[in-house]
Amino acid sequence: MGELRLMKGNEVIAEAAIRCGCDGYFGYPITPQSEVMETLMDREPWNETGMVVLQAESEIASIHMVYGAAASGKKVLTSSSSPGISLMAEGISYIAGSELPCLIVNVQRGGPGLGTIQPSQADYFQSTKGGGHGDYRLIVLAPSSVQEMNDFVELGFKLAFKYRNPAMILSDGAIGQMMEKVVLADYIPRQTTEEIEEKYGSWATNGRKPNRKANIITSLEMDSLKMEANNQRLQAKYAKMEAEEVLFEEIQCDDAEYILVAFGSSSRVCQKSVDLAREKGIKLGLLRPITLFPFPKKPIAALAKRVKGFLVVEMNAGQMIEDVQLAVGCGLPVKHFGRMGGIIPSPSEVVEALEQKLIGG
Amino acid sequence: MELADIINPKNLVYEKPALLNSTTMHYCPGCSHGVIHKLLAEVIEDLGIQEKTIGVSPVGCAVFAYNYIDIDWQEAAHGRAPAVATGIARTNPDKVVFTYQGDGDLASIGAAEILHACNRGEDMVVIFVNNGIYGMTGGQMAPTTLLGQITATTPNGRDAGRNGYPLKITELIAQLPGTSYVTRQSVQTPATIRKCKKAISKAFQAAIDKKGTSFVEVVSTCNMNWKMTPVKANEWMVENMFPFYVPGDLKDSSKNNPESYTPLKN
Repeated sequence: MGELRLMKGNEVIAEAAIRCGCDGYFGYPITPQSEVMETLMDREPWNETGMVVLQAESEIASIHMVYGAAASGKKVLTSSSSPGISLMAEGISYIAGSELPCLIVNVQRGGPGLGTIQPSQADYFQSTKGGGHGDYRLIVLAPSSVQEMNDFVELGFKLAFKYRNPAMILSDGAIGQMMEKVVLADYIPRQTTEEIEEKYGSWATNGRKPNRKANIITSLEMDSLKMEANNQRLQAKYAKMEAEEVLFEEIQCDDAEYILVAFGSSSRVCQKSVDLAREKGIKLGLLRPITLFPFPKKPIAALAKRVKGFLVVEMNAGQMIEDVQLAVGCGLPVKHFGRMGGIIPSPSEVVEALEQKLIGG
Repeated sequence: MELADIINPKNLVYEKPALLNSTTMHYCPGCSHGVIHKLLAEVIEDLGIQEKTIGVSPVGCAVFAYNYIDIDWQEAAHGRAPAVATGIARTNPDKVVFTYQGDGDLASIGAAEILHACNRGEDMVVIFVNNGIYGMTGGQMAPTTLLGQITATTPNGRDAGRNGYPLKITELIAQLPGTSYVTRQSVQTPATIRKCKKAISKAFQAAIDKKGTSFVEVVSTCNMNWKMTPVKANEWMVENMFPFYVPGDLKDSSKNNPESYTPLKN
């Protein structure tokens, strides 16, 4: 059993990064996630584990610093909030195109534009469908508690290195700012130069050794046939993720007639909605996708064979609903309930929406 | 005398550096990049640092630099090479990192990244090839295009009112406390080529010695987009660019001692 603490979600990202043997963090301040870098600077991990922490001149520089360090086989992360992630989009595309591992944390705020500093889930499309240019996917993990903010740092790195692909923790201002108890992970030592050369020597740019040819990290390929083959290799990788890495949680779905689908903060609200609905005699369950990509299509399709309808609850205008509709098909109603502008829906609002849009409808 | 008698090791007076790959370069005939690449390969070889050097190539004509020098390379997004190099250098302090950037990449889209990397005094080398024009995209105005210079986007010559002024970014860089050695070189004659090699070598040594950022501008030609013969382009560069971009050292020191501050009390 690890160390038990009461911490903010953002603080936990910093603590988990240090403990999981991270080599570097590069970031730029933005509300509501600035505590990540503040905690790191206060902890001074360079004295403890040798982890580098650098405040960059912009989110653009941050993500390209991550790109550089990741290319040398290092375990590095950045964090930001929605507008900052938009600035990083080109760099994320380069990292995905060059097939490098890294972790990106998005503590979402409401948009579009400068929007609000209050929590939102309006970056679902950006995170799961691309965000930057070209055909690429991120591994997207959606924590719904401070504990999962902790757990997904190590999980994100594990998946990122397994697939040589950027992973994202898609959180929001509510989970970033809330305090909860958390069991911290034990320390994992940082990888040595020798370990990196042994494990990643086939691709990492850490200096050409006499026994190998030069490693070149690039996403550039002028020959269209080769570029198409590169894309096909990426697509095969994403298909493997869809086959092997889907994570989700089902709450009271066994006897359910209606299903709420919600991730992150809204899934916490929906847990309460399930209890409220059941007090009213409505057999309601909750499916919480934990990986947003790969998306839990199969469990949703399985539920679709025995329930009467789905209500997708999101803090946006309706984004994940498109993936739920694709998984369900045409046979059943799939409705959406969302709040925007930084508003978190209340459990009773969700039950009212369920009654109006599905049960009464 | 047969050709085989001439091409004989005992007659060898000059050879290609071993680190320079045999790949045919994509550069236009007359371009300065090939010479600068050769100098880089020679310097890395002379210093014996090929096993710990990582190059960062830009977006622009030198995007394929990684095909020509036999070391580890990373290809950066347009303008971001100094940030990429920062990420490598900070997490690999035992390595030697350099960026190779053109004027559009470094002084326009990447102006923020180069200023901040130099101001932080990242222990790395910057090779800045300034030919006053965008080569790869077909000869548009660069931040360093001279007033009156004709390009694809200034067909009647660069006009200060419409296009602003040519940017002496190297002079700006030399003001920053994080930089150690800042110099402006060129490669149009054997003498300037030898001088430029010395400067590149000194810059790498400064990075190895952790003196801060070393910055070598190489004022260059783009005879293709300048629409001149290579010889004429060299003459044009000397006549027009050197009065504005004056060759020579701008700074030769070491970055300020990073430990030399005391926290300010509130």
